[in-house]
Amino acid sequence: MDRRKFIKITGITLAGVTLGMGDSLFGKVYASPQNVKRWAMVIDIGVCLKNPECRDCVDACVLTHNIPDFNNRKDEVKWIWKARYGDVFHDSALELTKERLPSIPIPVLCNHCENPPCVKVCPTKATWKREDGIVMMDYHRCIGCRYCMAACPYGARSFNWREPRPYIKKINPDYPTRTKGVVEKCSLCEERIALNKLPACVEACKHKGMALVDTSAGRLDSYPSIKDRHIIARKTHLGTKPRVYYVL
Amino acid sequence: MVYDKGKVITGLVVFLIILLSPLWYNALSGKVEPSLKLSMPKEEKSCIEERMFMRSNHMDLLIKWRDDAVRKGIRTYKGLDGKVYRISLTGTCLSCHIDKAGFCDRCHGYSGVKTPKCWDCHNIPKEEGSKV
Repeated sequence: MDRRKFIKITGITLAGVTLGMGDSLFGKVYASPQNVKRWAMVIDIGVCLKNPECRDCVDACVLTHNIPDFNNRKDEVKWIWKARYGDVFHDSALELTKERLPSIPIPVLCNHCENPPCVKVCPTKATWKREDGIVMMDYHRCIGCRYCMAACPYGARSFNWREPRPYIKKINPDYPTRTKGVVEKCSLCEERIALNKLPACVEACKHKGMALVDTSAGRLDSYPSIKDRHIIARKTHLGTKPRVYYVL
Repeated sequence: MVYDKGKVITGLVVFLIILLSPLWYNALSGKVEPSLKLSMPKEEKSCIEERMFMRSNHMDLLIKWRDDAVRKGIRTYKGLDGKVYRISLTGTCLSCHIDKAGFCDRCHGYSGVKTPKCWDCHNIPKEEGSKV
């Protein structure tokens, strides 16, 4: 074999291998198994507008997840809480919304982002994104570095500055407490979803203003009750792709 | 040929007596058999795996349970007898081993194994003096 022929054959082989690899990577459709859900939360602001005093969702969450009350905003631990619409959607066109709306308290919680910045910064993989879309915490692994708190643009994460147990009014024995030095947040009640139950906040809302939806089943507006309504989400310009939707 | 035979042997005997003093002490004070009485569940006769397996491997099983439940979303465990158990430290383990102080703590204390930090977060059902 002369030099020319050798180079030709080598070139053709390399090209073939490269093309073959390309085919195996890009040619296929990576369909997810059908039983995998993609959870999202829908909150009807219209309901909150009519019932500004209601705190059922927050109270249910506090009882279910043993959330302490330090009676001190600095040390506050929050999974779901109420904040003024005007603060939650401060970047939206407020002048176009109903006059009363900006002062109305609406529930806010972890957005279980499609592209969660907290997961990217966690050095121990104590927080990660599950296949079903839930951004999960493993408190066993959390070292309390609080990078995730810095990364979350929604302030959805809280740090346990103090031992929480003495500040829990009534401990729910079915759910663990946390300990000093870990970060915690909403888990979308994954422990309840595993038992085919609705999240505690969704179940507690007597005005039926919250819903857990499976977005793998189709577009959000395929759900009849929100079909023709305006759907918004928090700080979408950041690219985190939040999965808590608010319906106006 | 050993120099100072008497001194060397006496020294060795004294050394052995001091070395074995814990054994002498226990034999003389009557605490010959080590006694460890754990508070066992009254109704259940067997644990989820064999007794000896649980004795030596419960820590590994608990780590597996932790990783299965939290990281993999697997929330049940098939035990020795084919029975399916819910993976829960408080809900399953402690529903049988009600007396945590008399079971977990007593053995850990006896064998000098530091109590793991499970209970900083996991609840102990109705323990006397506990805040739960």
